[in-house]
Amino acid sequence: MPKRPSVIRQTMLTPIVLIVVLLVMAALSYQFGSRAFNRTAVEMFINIMVVVGLYVFVGNSGLLSFGHISFMCLGAYMTAWLAIPPVMKSMTLKGLPTWLLHTQLPMWVATPISGVFAALFALVVGRVIMRLSGIAASIATFGLLGVINNVYSNWDSVTGGQGSIVGIPPTMNVWIGWLGAAVAIAIAYLYAISRSGLALRATRDESVAASASGIDIVRERLVAFVVSAFIIGIAGALYAHFLSIVNPGAFYLRTTFITLSMLVVGGMYSLSGAVTGVVTISVLIELFRNLEKGISLGAIKVALPNGVQEIAIGIITIVILMYLPTGLTRNQEFSWRGWPMLRRLSRPVRTAMKELN
Amino acid sequence: MTAVLQIIFDALSLGSLYALGALGIALIFGVMRLVNFAHGDFIAFCVFAMLWPSIDATAVVFAGMLPFYLLIPLLLIIGATLSILSEIVVFRRFRNTNPATMMIASFALGFVIRHLMLMLYSSRPKSITLWPSLGLPVDFLGAHIPMLQVVTIVITLAALAVLVLFLKRTRYGLEMRAAAENFTMARMLGVRANGVILLAFAISGMLAAAIGLILATISGTADINMGANVMLIAFIATVIGGLGSVPGAVAGGFIIGAASVIFQATLPHDARVFRDAFVYGAVIVVLLVRPQGLFAPKSAKQRV
Repeated sequence: MPKRPSVIRQTMLTPIVLIVVLLVMAALSYQFGSRAFNRTAVEMFINIMVVVGLYVFVGNSGLLSFGHISFMCLGAYMTAWLAIPPVMKSMTLKGLPTWLLHTQLPMWVATPISGVFAALFALVVGRVIMRLSGIAASIATFGLLGVINNVYSNWDSVTGGQGSIVGIPPTMNVWIGWLGAAVAIAIAYLYAISRSGLALRATRDESVAASASGIDIVRERLVAFVVSAFIIGIAGALYAHFLSIVNPGAFYLRTTFITLSMLVVGGMYSLSGAVTGVVTISVLIELFRNLEKGISLGAIKVALPNGVQEIAIGIITIVILMYLPTGLTRNQEFSWRGWPMLRRLSRPVRTAMKELN
Repeated sequence: MTAVLQIIFDALSLGSLYALGALGIALIFGVMRLVNFAHGDFIAFCVFAMLWPSIDATAVVFAGMLPFYLLIPLLLIIGATLSILSEIVVFRRFRNTNPATMMIASFALGFVIRHLMLMLYSSRPKSITLWPSLGLPVDFLGAHIPMLQVVTIVITLAALAVLVLFLKRTRYGLEMRAAAENFTMARMLGVRANGVILLAFAISGMLAAAIGLILATISGTADINMGANVMLIAFIATVIGGLGSVPGAVAGGFIIGAASVIFQATLPHDARVFRDAFVYGAVIVVLLVRPQGLFAPKSAKQRV
C-alpha cells in the first residue's frame, strides 16, 4: 500500500487560500478604498477573527455558544487597562491597582496579554461549564455572557460602568487587521488538524462511540474553549484599538447573534465557512449602506430609505438558510482535491475524503 | 410581615410574566424543536400595534383607545396572526434542519421585525397610558400591593388554568402533548403536523400579546427592546424547567422571577447592581446540578 500523505499536505491549501484571498482584499482596500471603506475593511477583519474563534469551539464541538462575546469584552477591557495613558486612567478608572495605573503598554504587547487573559478566564470557567452538553451548555455559556456583561456594566471604579472608556491609542489599520485575521485562521487550522481537534470532532459526530474509544470529552472541549477564547480575546483587544473606546453594550446580545449568524450562514462546521460568512455579510452590509446613501442612475438619484439595510440583511440571511441550511460552503473546506478528482471517485471514498477535511 | 408579603407579591407578578413568556417558547419548542428568538419581537410588535405609525416623540394612540373588551381580543388576534404568518412564511421551511440553523433563522426574523418597527416608529420610547387606575395600590394584610400586580397574577393564573384545561381535556390538547413528547410517533398515529404546529404558534402569539399588554401597562412606555429581556429570561426558564416540559417552563419562570426578587431584597446594598450576575450564576449552578432541567420529561433522556 502506498504511504498515506500527511494531513497537513492534504489540507494545507484551505488556510493558505483564505489568508491569500484576505490579503488581496486588504491590498485592494488599502489601494483604492476611501478612509471610511478602510474602516469597514478593518471591522470585517475583526469580525473574521471573532467568527473564526467561534468556529474553533462551535464548529469542532458542535455546541452552540452564546458566551464567546464575553471573551471579546474581557480582551477589550484588558487592553483598555493596559494601553490608556496613565494620566487619563488615573482620572476615570480610580479602582485599578496602582501598578496597573502606572503602566502603559504598546499595542504589540497589550494585545497578546489580553488574549492570554481571556484564555485563562476561559480555562477557569470552562472547567465547570464544559461538563454540560447540548442545550444546557448553550444556556450556561449564555449565563456567562450575562454575568460578564452585568459585572462590566456596573463595576464603575474599574470599568467605567455603562459609559465608555476613551483614550485607547487608535493604532489599527487594514494590514494589522489582516495580520490578526491570518493569525486567527492559522491557529484555528492548526487546532482543527491537531489530535485534540480530531478527537473533538469525533465527539461532535458520535459522542458515545468517541468516549468509548477513550476520548475525554470534557478535556477536549476545554482545550477548544481556551483556544477560541484566546483568539476572541485578541479580536477584542484589536477592536478596542480600532474604536479607541470601549463600552459594555458593544459586547452583548447584538454582537453575539450577528457573529453567530455569520458563522451559520457560512457553514458552522468549516473554517472556510466561518470566513465566507463574515465576508458575505460584510459585503452585503456595505452594499446596502451605499444604496441607502443613494446611487445616481444617469440624472436620477435613487436611494433606499434608512433602515432597509438591516431588514434586507435579515431577509437575505433567512433565504440563504432556507436553501442552504448547512451554510454557503455546505460545511466543506476549500481544497484542491475538491472537484476534478472527487468526481472520479466512488461515493464511499468521496464521503471518506470529505471526513478527512 | 408586610415586607415579606410585598416580596411574595413582587416575586409572583414578575414570575408570572416570565412564566407566560416561557410557556410561549416551550409550546413551540415542544412541537418543532425551535427556540423562537423572535418571540421578544412579537411582544414588542403587539405593543406597537396599539400606536399609529409615526416617528414623532409623542405617540399617537390608535387601537389603544379602544375599550378593554375590544382591545384585548384585538391584540390577541394580532399576536396570533403574526405568529402564524411567521410559521407559514419562514419556519415551515426549516422543519428538518438542525436546531442551530432554526435558531439563527428565528433570530433573523426577529431582526427584520425589530427594524421594521424602527423604521415605522423610530427608536425613541413612547409613553402610552393604559388603564391608569390599575396603578393604584390596594391594602392587603397591611401591605400596599399595586392593583396591577394582583391583576397580572390573576390573569396569568387564569391563562394557565385555561391552557391546562385545553391541554388535558380537549382532543387538540392531547394531540399537542403527544406531539411535544414524540413528534414522529404522534404523526404516525394520525396527528396532523401542520394543524398542531399552527395551533402552537397561535397560542404562543397570544401569550406574546398578553405579555405585551401587561408590560405596557406596568411601564407606561412602548419601547422596541421591551420584549427582548423577557424573552431571554423566558428562554432560560424553559431550560431550567426542562426543555419540552410545559409545566416545567411555568415553574422555571416563577423560580427565576422569585430568585430575582429575593436577590434584590437580600443582597447587601453595594452588591445589588450585580443582581443579574447572581441570577445568571444561579442558573449555571442549577444546570450543573441538573443539566436536563428541574422537571425534565422522561422522553428527554438521551438514548444510545
